[in-house]
Amino acid sequence: MAAPDSRRGRLRTWLDERVDLAALEKLAKKKEIPVHRHTVWYYFGGMTLFLLMVQVATGILLLLYYRPSAEEAYESVQFLMTEVQFGWLVRSIHSWAANLMMFTLFVHLFSVLLLKAYRPPREVTWFSGMALLALALGFGFTGYLLPWNVLSYFATQVGTEIPGVIPLVGPFLRRLLRGGDEVTGATLTRFYGIHVAILPALTVLLLGLHLFLVQKHGMSIPPGVERRGGGRRTMPFLPHFLLRDLVGWLSALAILAALAAYLPWELGQKADPFASAPAGIKPEWYFMFMFQTLKYLPSYILGIEGEIVGVVGFGLGGLFLLLIPFLDRQTARGQPSRLFTWIGIVIIIYMIVLTYLGYAVSPTK
Amino acid sequence: MVEGTLGPEPTRRHFISWFLGTSAGAFLLSVFYPVGRYLIPPKVEESMAGSVKLTIKPQDVKPNSGQIFKFGSRPAILIRTPGGELQAFSAVCTHLQCTVQYRPDLSHIWCACHNGHYDLNGKNIAGPPPRPLDPYVVNVRGDQIVVSKSA
Repeated sequence: MAAPDSRRGRLRTWLDERVDLAALEKLAKKKEIPVHRHTVWYYFGGMTLFLLMVQVATGILLLLYYRPSAEEAYESVQFLMTEVQFGWLVRSIHSWAANLMMFTLFVHLFSVLLLKAYRPPREVTWFSGMALLALALGFGFTGYLLPWNVLSYFATQVGTEIPGVIPLVGPFLRRLLRGGDEVTGATLTRFYGIHVAILPALTVLLLGLHLFLVQKHGMSIPPGVERRGGGRRTMPFLPHFLLRDLVGWLSALAILAALAAYLPWELGQKADPFASAPAGIKPEWYFMFMFQTLKYLPSYILGIEGEIVGVVGFGLGGLFLLLIPFLDRQTARGQPSRLFTWIGIVIIIYMIVLTYLGYAVSPTK
Repeated sequence: MVEGTLGPEPTRRHFISWFLGTSAGAFLLSVFYPVGRYLIPPKVEESMAGSVKLTIKPQDVKPNSGQIFKFGSRPAILIRTPGGELQAFSAVCTHLQCTVQYRPDLSHIWCACHNGHYDLNGKNIAGPPPRPLDPYVVNVRGDQIVVSKSA
């Protein structure tokens, strides 16, 4: 019994001399998590990270069979799902984990927004988080096209037309995104490159910054809790919080496994650029509130085309959300900020109602 | 550095910094300009055919129905109105470029993506589309349909 212990001890000393394990250990032991009635929201960032790791792993597996061209993409996914052992499962997990990740990301975003965790000195953490949201939406949008089915074809047609309506730079952006004037195989190849190389590289950089800043500043105690004198109680990150985090990850994995196995992601019909858009066409649910808004906008608003009003409106909305740490002066000064709590609640209600309408209202009405 | 001693050193340093800065700028430009140009897709010659002979026979298009056909590189729609008249339009919705379809139950053209409606003359009548569909000219010669761009 003594021999392996001393061997482990020797390995430890050897590593410690080279990579300074003691410093890492000290750092890990120092990390404390505040305990209060909103502690539960701290788990969603980690859950998003876990689902991202699932995406990386399953994405790499999908790469081994996928062929990024208009002639072969649909067939290669079909082959993967019907011939390759567990191919359907890997693809189903990739699709479902993407959706769950968007969900936990939104929960994380809105909990940070409502608990005012964006206030100084965490503005850069907020900006990097918003940039990661943009990357996640980019992942969702580009990945959706890759199976080259009817739904994804028209979703891309509409999605790439949306930046196209921006005055002045629109047509150029549309060409750049599509790799030409229309959605073709060139678009598919381009989206593939963006999905598997450009976005992952940017994600690594931004996620590194985001996690570094979270470690540097520690967890934010909501100002409301702080004012009531709460939040002094803490638990050590190792092992207390990490073990709880693991429970969260396992729950996410259980939900993911159930969804992937019982509701396998369908492939649909192969895209045909010379067919009508099918009735009941929908984007992914996290784009639904924008999609539904575009449906309700009339063709002209104050003499401007409705779609331009909508697209520019969402752009300004995103900019507003990004700049909230600078706009919310009261929270920055340490005062209660009812206005921004309400703004957050209104945004959430708007998104939920429009998403609900997107699924509830008959598509032909 | 002692204040007030403006010897040749600061000037030389300034020159070298300027030189270094411009070289770095030129280097970045020489990297990012080609990359930027590379990302912009080259212009592909569009088939600007002014007219197209359809493989669809006139008798195959029943009244109150429509069919998509290829006009150059874009989809177009051929419809036969309930009155029996043949008409053709660009099938690209003027809203966000989805491909429209003929709805026999409504007897007019409809876009599924954002619920845009067009009448039998291609005019936008409901929903978000801002403009009418581009109309084409339909000529029937025997059992052949020829669709061409309006003059």
